[in-house]
Amino acid sequence: MKPVFMTYTKKDLINLAVCMFLSILIIPTFITTEYWYTSILIPWLCLALATIGQQIVMGYTGQLALGAAGFMAAGAFAMFNLILRVPDLGFVGSLIVSGLIAAAFGILFGLPSLKVRGIYLMVATLASQFFIIWMIDKFGWFKNYDSSGIITAQDIVIMGKPFTTPLAMYFVCLAVTTVLTLLAMNMARGSTGRNWMAVRDMDIAAESMGVSLLRTKVQAFAISAFYCGVAGALFAFCYLKSLEPVAFDIKLSFKILFMCILGGLGTINGAFIGAAFILLFPVLLNAIGNNVFHGAIDATIISSIEQVIFGGLMIIFMIYEPLGMAKLWENLKVSLKSKLSSSGTKSLKSSAQK
Amino acid sequence: MAYERKFKIGKPILEVNNISLSFGGVKAITDTSFNVLEHEVRAIIGPNGAGKSSMLNCINGIYKPQQGTVSFRGQQIENITPNIMAQMGLSRTFQNLALFKRMSVLDNILVGRKLHTKTNFLEVALQLPKVKKEEKLNRERSEEIISFLEIEDIKDTPVGKLPYGLQKKVELGRALATDSTIILLDEPMAGMNVEEKRDMCRFILKVNDELGTTMVLIEHDMGVVMDISDRVVVLDYGKVIGDGTPDEIMANQKVIDAYLGVEH
Repeated sequence: MKPVFMTYTKKDLINLAVCMFLSILIIPTFITTEYWYTSILIPWLCLALATIGQQIVMGYTGQLALGAAGFMAAGAFAMFNLILRVPDLGFVGSLIVSGLIAAAFGILFGLPSLKVRGIYLMVATLASQFFIIWMIDKFGWFKNYDSSGIITAQDIVIMGKPFTTPLAMYFVCLAVTTVLTLLAMNMARGSTGRNWMAVRDMDIAAESMGVSLLRTKVQAFAISAFYCGVAGALFAFCYLKSLEPVAFDIKLSFKILFMCILGGLGTINGAFIGAAFILLFPVLLNAIGNNVFHGAIDATIISSIEQVIFGGLMIIFMIYEPLGMAKLWENLKVSLKSKLSSSGTKSLKSSAQK
Repeated sequence: MAYERKFKIGKPILEVNNISLSFGGVKAITDTSFNVLEHEVRAIIGPNGAGKSSMLNCINGIYKPQQGTVSFRGQQIENITPNIMAQMGLSRTFQNLALFKRMSVLDNILVGRKLHTKTNFLEVALQLPKVKKEEKLNRERSEEIISFLEIEDIKDTPVGKLPYGLQKKVELGRALATDSTIILLDEPMAGMNVEEKRDMCRFILKVNDELGTTMVLIEHDMGVVMDISDRVVVLDYGKVIGDGTPDEIMANQKVIDAYLGVEH
């Protein structure tokens, strides 16, 4: 039971402690191969963060938006330019300002949500995706007039210390993600989140209670874009390192959308579960292809199979469990608990009989 | 009625003047005026399609009438929106239930506390002490309403899973949570059994009696309407055909004709 006046229960604190213990102590101790950090853990954290952004606007506020990668690009290129041109800002300062720049785009492209909804809004928000990428491509200034059109992200330096090893960058991502996740949870569980969900579930009633639709929607878009912007900056600086605007194309937006839906709309932990699934599933398929079929199946076929399975899963989840994997996980925990407690009482009874 | 009211019925708090509303060629309301006095229970009745709900939607700003004005405490309100009316202290429930289906009962009622929530999203994100304090106050008030409505046992249930009668109660609770001076109730007892209706009447009268909240309600059950309301306005085909105390309305030939039909 949740005590009436507390944001966090004991259970939440235990969950947080377990996550922190795993991510700070267990992972760095047991995982030593660089591959895991550079190709799985770092992108996982970055994309999970972007997925939280998508959750805020889509899962909590109910606005179908598709353009997360556009905001990520805004964040990434803002970060590159800020470190290049305003070095005094420092890494953390630049990260925050990049997020704010992305948020400004979020407000701009969130405005259509006041007039259109559903699939039409999705089409309208696509504009952000294409406009931002086009803008970065069109004006050389954003890429510091690099002739190849590819920028190389600067090394991460925080308080004079370089963070260049995979493990160090993992910790940078972990720290940023943890802080932003906690802030997102506070918002989602507090009055801010209630306003979002009220707009999602019944906008007319929300308005009659004094919730301003304009304010709430624009706020959700701005916060969402902030999360995506920060995620994009981390994605560029910790994972991609050298990048061009195309890295943030529509495919990435869809990927984040899938993470959001498979993970479970309107859940924060679903963002992490969804991101993990979408990132790890291809790795798993490849491993099966290599080890079980010994490369007999062509790599292109494997990647096609992956698309088919994602598509199928999306449909299945939309029909049978709209709350996604986060809900499955919740159900699993509940059933395990009831099984454990029932077997516990049984064993008690049997021992009592003896 | 013999008992002494704590809140004496006062001056007009809400005035509807010459409202006309039409959808395309269909006239929903024609040149309708009536008023609501402070602290009274005012019923709007009429046959189906008489324009009762449309009337509430005009008062609350969901519909924009082509003609006419709405005044609140003697002050004419321009550009009515649901949001502005909420801020002026007018709250409502809806005919077809407009609850936040995926949110719990407590959360639904907490949304009603929106206008008593002054902290912004940044303060909420950082969980500053003043946020906690405000949240505590809002939760206390919501819990009070929940125990008043006797729905403590379902407060953590998502409202979408509740039966109709309970959802109506939650919607009343959400309107109460706003601490508004006027509450518009659109068919608060539709689809309820006798017992549930009796409970609902009790709640409405109790709120009116203890807090002095002005109640405007649309209801079809004549027995209920005549029992609980101070004054009744009768609409038929978008026009006022009767306005007065329940006794006056019962004796009004036009009203009787409208309800029972009349030989031509």
